[in-house]
Amino acid sequence: MSSGYHFSQKHILGIRDLSPEDIDFILQTADSFKEISSRAIKKVPTLRGNTIVNVFYEPSTRTRLSFEIAAKRMSADTFNIAASASSVTKGETLIDTARNIAAMKPDIIIIRHSHSGAAQMLTRYIDASVINAGDGTHEHPSQGLLDMMTVREHKGRLDGLKVAIIGDILHSRVAHSDILGFTRMGSSVHVYGPATLLPQGLEELGAVVCSSLEEAVRDADVIITLRIQLERQNDPLFPSLREYAQKYGVNREVVKLAQPDAIVMHPGPINRGVELMPDVADGPQSVILDQVTNGVAVRMALLYLVMGNS
Amino acid sequence: MSHNWLFQNGRIIDPDNGVDRQGDLLIVDGRVAPAGEAGPDSVRTIDVQGCWIVPGLIDMHVHLREPGQEYKEDIITGTRAAAAGGFTAVACMPNTRPVNDCASVTATILERARQGFARVYPVGAISRGSRGESLAGYGELKDAGAVAVSDDGLPVHDSQLMRRALEYASDHRLAVISHSEESALARNGVMNEGIVSTRLGLKGIPTAAESIMVYRDIALAEYTGKPVHIAHVSSAMSVDLIRSAKARGVNVTAETAPHYFTLTDEAVQDYNTSAKMNPPLRTEADRRAIHAALADGTLDAVATDHAPHSMLEKEVEFDLAANGIIGLETSLSLTLALVREGVIDAGRLVELLSVNPARILGVAGGSLASGEPADVTVINPELEFDYREESVVSKSKNSPFFGWPMRGRAVLSMVGGRITFDLLGRV
Ligand SMILES: [Zn+2]
Repeated sequence: MSSGYHFSQKHILGIRDLSPEDIDFILQTADSFKEISSRAIKKVPTLRGNTIVNVFYEPSTRTRLSFEIAAKRMSADTFNIAASASSVTKGETLIDTARNIAAMKPDIIIIRHSHSGAAQMLTRYIDASVINAGDGTHEHPSQGLLDMMTVREHKGRLDGLKVAIIGDILHSRVAHSDILGFTRMGSSVHVYGPATLLPQGLEELGAVVCSSLEEAVRDADVIITLRIQLERQNDPLFPSLREYAQKYGVNREVVKLAQPDAIVMHPGPINRGVELMPDVADGPQSVILDQVTNGVAVRMALLYLVMGNS
Repeated sequence: MSHNWLFQNGRIIDPDNGVDRQGDLLIVDGRVAPAGEAGPDSVRTIDVQGCWIVPGLIDMHVHLREPGQEYKEDIITGTRAAAAGGFTAVACMPNTRPVNDCASVTATILERARQGFARVYPVGAISRGSRGESLAGYGELKDAGAVAVSDDGLPVHDSQLMRRALEYASDHRLAVISHSEESALARNGVMNEGIVSTRLGLKGIPTAAESIMVYRDIALAEYTGKPVHIAHVSSAMSVDLIRSAKARGVNVTAETAPHYFTLTDEAVQDYNTSAKMNPPLRTEADRRAIHAALADGTLDAVATDHAPHSMLEKEVEFDLAANGIIGLETSLSLTLALVREGVIDAGRLVELLSVNPARILGVAGGSLASGEPADVTVINPELEFDYREESVVSKSKNSPFFGWPMRGRAVLSMVGGRITFDLLGRV
């Protein structure tokens, strides 16, 4: 770390806003917090007296729980607001909610929302730090960071790695954060999926768009599979889940094309037998549970850093 | 109020009559007087040194929101904004509440417009209720004062209905203005599809959604031999289709809006809902293609698609925000920028903003010939001004252009010899 470096992000809205130095610093900080998680007493007083509000407009047990555990391990006071699906169809609701929460003077707001840009919008109405826990099909920066942390832990570096991202790139905020993050840290990101699920401009984001699963995965150091959202099947972008599993699913044969020590990741929850076969998900190359563990450490680091501690 | 005026020392730009000269323009009894005639004693002189005197500007595509959504705009505030932007006439789209698909709504609009600050030309609906099912009553719309028909805001999906609209409207001397959009391709889209939509995680609208329908409309015009006017052209692909159709002699005309030749989809950055409109802002290549098309005659008119929306519709998540921006008070300045950049000359500007809209709609105006109604706009092409939210005349403030360096604007608007806007401080 260069001596003049200072972490100065007030909000974590997307990997897009983070420099390589920021990412590196967050990952270093997360590494040190991971140690706390391995202690018998997994709690530090760092954020005592700070109020953190979780606002989840979309059901997400995992991410919400991960942030909540992170906050509790740092002794912050946490509150959850689960907005019911029926009350969020109108935009006024987000602003009203934002103003109401602002009146409670929280220090950090963690928001999950089905519309891209919702987290950024919140920053216009609220003084608190805002952490984006996933907005629409935009970004999911804490997931991108925990993915990078997990890879770095296993590979010792990010620079020069081949990272294959397979599946629904179009609707995946995880894919967007991963592409931005890994390319920024010097990895070579290769993406593949049905052409109907590849958005425009991926090359300009720095990804290599592959024309076959084999091309994407061959000699890869990391394979990231993405969740197919079953509810999108009423606007079908591919003919059937069965065909998807056959043509785009990651199975043991596919993994064999990668480096022998390649690791396999998935942001969860997995549709077993669709985008990822059970023998791979539970096999020796899978680091999916490490991702979950690292998620808490990364989120502790983010809470810590946005409060101006560095 | 006197209707006798003498504009002195201006540059008179009247391309329809082949005029571009330094001189005076005399208005007597609300009409343009023959050049060189001495005015009556009651004439009042206005020195417009350094300014252009042009036939009154006509915006052929605005949404005045009355009747039904007067909290966004009404005919008085909308025409006041028009006058402030140098417009002496506007054509207002029928997507009001109720839809202007019959004589009574048209008559209501015209009645209200008598108190306004610009001529108002109502555009009736192509289909009843703009539902795209059956033809509206073009005969009664025409009798009541409509000048064109459009289902603007919505495309006419049914090509058979569109064909009949072109045929039947020509019987009644009504222009047909098409909002060309293939809605299956555009479904749920909120901005141009491309690198910026990918970066922002927003659902894109491909340019093909526009150009497919532009071609459908051209094919129908070519087949029937009836005219069609394409509204708010946003893409290079559509421009190419229109250019080649014109070369074949198809009776097609087209407009674009200042935002399409000024901005690109990069303006959506940070989820700016003031940069959300339909069709969406496109890429730099599209913007350049529109410049070329304005210069070479492929595009006939600049129209604002002035679409006032309140905070309720705009201060929301980008996905949920209403489409459209206001434009009456910025259109002229943004078009003048094209003159300064050398894209078009001053005469072409007057064609795009006055002569051609009058011809396409079949209304008076676009000319300063002797005997014409004195619809006149005086433009100071160098006057710089601050475009700020507080200074907006329109009832709504949804513009992406606040804080832009604006240079050149109307300093006086006159409708039939009556001054409707005056920055020179005379009225
Ligand atoms: Zn339209």
